[in-house]
Amino acid sequence: MAGTRLGKNAIALTGLAIIAFYIAVIIVALFWLPYDPVAMSPAHMLEAPSIKTGHLFGTDEFGRDILSRIMQGCSVSLIISISATLMGAVIGTLMGIWAGFLGGKWDQFIMRIADILFSFPSLLLAIFIMGILGEKTYNVIIAIGIVYIPQFARVSRGAIITLKSSEFVRAAFSNGAGRSYVLFKHLLPNIMMPLIVQVSLSLSVAILLESALSFLGLGIQPPYPSWGNMLSSARKFMMLAPWTAIYPGIAISFLVLGFNLLGDGLRDILDPRLRNVK
Amino acid sequence: MKGNPAALRGVPNSLINILALGLIMGRYIVRRLLSLIPVLLGVSIIVFFLVRLIPGSSLQMYLGTQVETTPEQMVELKRIFGEDKPVPVLYIEWLGRVLRGDFGYSLRTSRPILPDILQRLPLSIEITIIALILALAIGIPLGILSAIKQHPLTDVLIRVGGLLGLSLPQFWLASLMVIAFSNFRGWIPMGNYVGFFSAPLQNIRMLFFPSLAIGIGLAAVIMRYTRNSMLEVLQMDYIRTAKAKGLKKKVVIVRHALRNAILPVITVAGFNTGYLLGGAIVIEEVFALPGMGRLALYAIYQRDYPLIQGIILLIAAMFVLVNLVTDLIYAAVDPRIRLDDGAR
Amino acid sequence: MKQRGDVILSVKNLKTYFDTEYGIVKAVDDISFDVRRGEVLGIVGESGSGKSVTNLSLLRLVPTPPGRIAGGQIFFEGKNLLEGDEEDIRLIRGGNISMIFQDPMTSLNPLLRISLQIAEALQLHHGLSKKEAVAKAVELLKAIGIPDAESRAHDYPHQFSGGMRQRVMIAMAISCSPDILIADEPTTALDVTIQAQILDLIKGLSDKNTMSVILITHDLGVVAGICDSVCVMYAGRIVEKAGVDELFSDPKHPYTIGLLDSIPRIDAAGRQRLYSIPGAPPNLVNLPAGCPFYPRCEKGMDVCTKAFPPETSFGATGSGAAGGATRSVRCWLHAEGSHDAR
Repeated sequence: MAGTRLGKNAIALTGLAIIAFYIAVIIVALFWLPYDPVAMSPAHMLEAPSIKTGHLFGTDEFGRDILSRIMQGCSVSLIISISATLMGAVIGTLMGIWAGFLGGKWDQFIMRIADILFSFPSLLLAIFIMGILGEKTYNVIIAIGIVYIPQFARVSRGAIITLKSSEFVRAAFSNGAGRSYVLFKHLLPNIMMPLIVQVSLSLSVAILLESALSFLGLGIQPPYPSWGNMLSSARKFMMLAPWTAIYPGIAISFLVLGFNLLGDGLRDILDPRLRNVK
Repeated sequence: MKGNPAALRGVPNSLINILALGLIMGRYIVRRLLSLIPVLLGVSIIVFFLVRLIPGSSLQMYLGTQVETTPEQMVELKRIFGEDKPVPVLYIEWLGRVLRGDFGYSLRTSRPILPDILQRLPLSIEITIIALILALAIGIPLGILSAIKQHPLTDVLIRVGGLLGLSLPQFWLASLMVIAFSNFRGWIPMGNYVGFFSAPLQNIRMLFFPSLAIGIGLAAVIMRYTRNSMLEVLQMDYIRTAKAKGLKKKVVIVRHALRNAILPVITVAGFNTGYLLGGAIVIEEVFALPGMGRLALYAIYQRDYPLIQGIILLIAAMFVLVNLVTDLIYAAVDPRIRLDDGAR
Repeated sequence: MKQRGDVILSVKNLKTYFDTEYGIVKAVDDISFDVRRGEVLGIVGESGSGKSVTNLSLLRLVPTPPGRIAGGQIFFEGKNLLEGDEEDIRLIRGGNISMIFQDPMTSLNPLLRISLQIAEALQLHHGLSKKEAVAKAVELLKAIGIPDAESRAHDYPHQFSGGMRQRVMIAMAISCSPDILIADEPTTALDVTIQAQILDLIKGLSDKNTMSVILITHDLGVVAGICDSVCVMYAGRIVEKAGVDELFSDPKHPYTIGLLDSIPRIDAAGRQRLYSIPGAPPNLVNLPAGCPFYPRCEKGMDVCTKAFPPETSFGATGSGAAGGATRSVRCWLHAEGSHDAR
């Protein structure tokens, strides 16, 4: 099924559709939310989801509407994940292409740094950096961004090394092009595609990392809603009010699924073409 | 390995192979170990210096404004907090102590760090092993099934399942498990952990769900790698050759395809295993298990920087070591790599 | 008694199509030919002519999907290979009919020792135990010209050079004494000097063991070297069949003539331009009716656009090592009734 062109596009498109849905939610949330996400209403605490009360996903331990909180948390999560991934992508790619292009000592040096960063389990590294920087929102971006640097460095370095010895590179040099020129005008566009795939896949993990950090209390601080910290506070009441734990989790999973589908679909579309290039 | 010397003729071939393998691998192992040292050194430097940046880890913060100290106590405190000498010197001293096995003392508990960490090691290792076994047992067969595409529906279902497995946050899975299975006493650990050697059955029962929560994500990764690898391998010419010999389909898939396809899976499984040793933080937190990840987390919460230094260094070192072992396993399985060391 | 010269494989009206997103590709479109015991049959054509697909079809190794055998029969020892299930054809593969491929590097499993890869077939088809099979494998390697066979047998494919690897493939293929060896461009990936050795090896084996060989190639030099008879393929069809001497001395189909003309000649006078057949091989997806060679043919006629020419035989001739080789061509130039005497 997914072997056909249509099939491959279908996967990517489904992913794209899911992401578009979330973006739509964000836009809507800018103007309208069913309830005020931070307004506490002790009288209505831990109410089960029902259409009658208007709380489609129920309320949490402070009487706040869960659906509204999920909607609001959406924007923060997405913004953080996208910024962090982009930061990691830009820095990592720059490192990687210089390493791959220059080779030799530079290669060794840059990749050593990447290796060192790589020897920490991602979550641990992120927690560590948050510990150093302090629990501000923008620090989450930096922390996750740093975690991603080695990944992008490796991918871009690998791609550059493969392409370095291609004919068109030699042709460009023999026409008198300078090193920077060849690097940015020729090589970079050609490694865009694997990088885009990597970005899409990294976005999915970034969201998981951000929610894990929030879950542990190191990310978005309450009362501002983040899916992660919603799950964290839900732990105390899970048994009585499972909806407090279920819906935020679904929100996370579905978005991550969207990015995974997109990344997978893109990779499927690219791969056969990559093979034909040989 | 061209031709056995006369002295070795008569010794069974398999034995010779193992001995030769050991010799060659020995060289390879040493080389790889040596290349690890700069990385570990780099890790230790980064950890040491960065920890110094953690707000609240300095002596002033510790004391606050209210506490009065005598000059002698001040000197002693400064020594303990490492504020009596320039940082690079402190680093060298610390490194020296670490290499001798002395990781210092926790600021909070005043207990020696290394024994505390080591006490938690078995739990982390156990979870990692169980999760790995589960993941391999689920992931590899599903990956193969999906790749050989007997029924297109199976393929789709497995792939979707794989993507789902990747998308679910571990801590959410863990929470759901707690909700769903809280009635199964003895299956959900809540701070009542027992060691493996004291009560094996209870221990495994208790670690099952935490390991499963981790294992599902890992199974998804392994399934996808197995599937992709098998798909690539099945296109290879030597599979066509194997079929042209008239071999049974099962033989072709297992002896020829799987053997080759498993290589990248080894790498990926190894990498993730290393990750798990220190990365199971949230799982340990949700299930209240006294593992190393949780220790690291609380060390960071509490700004207990000698502990932070020690545990992060150790976790990173284990990660790197596991990767080394993975590489060795890979080299043992793939003759092209190991014979590359000029043994021809 | 099985005689050299008897027909052992008979392909009739074989059609192999591929369903692609661009349409149906008729890779092999209604071909028929016979293979005689002990003869070396060459199948010549450009890339895309369908020669490799023909091979794969004989052993039902065409990847299905997207390929499928759309019609025809393949008779071997009285049975139609295209009927019967996977089990039946499995026994034939490697046992009665074996195949070697173009690129020996990728055609051998990099993780298994050579001895085991050869032994596999022996264990399967001749029921040998592992020990016996490995011993036989070593013997085969010796016979095939691998120096120091006893220890080299336990090496891995990447430890051999290209020529050696191809010898290993050959050893693997002949291990069960097959009646037919199919060699798909066995020398294309090798150095010229090694090519000659491998071809001699194949010819020698054919003579010694009365083994038929179907040799696929695009190189007429190879054909001239060891083949007894030849089929020329173009766009999925056989356009000419002949004994090797006849083909070179008296080619009948314009395509064959073009191929022969394209060979640079040492005795060419002065600075002659290298001849090449004008045009390009056709797109196999939407072939127009009529002869597929028409667009490139110097002698094209009106009738060539209407229908594919029927087979015109020229009677049994006694050329080649195997007597009774067919001589036929599919060209309107030679069809009865539309003679245009050359």
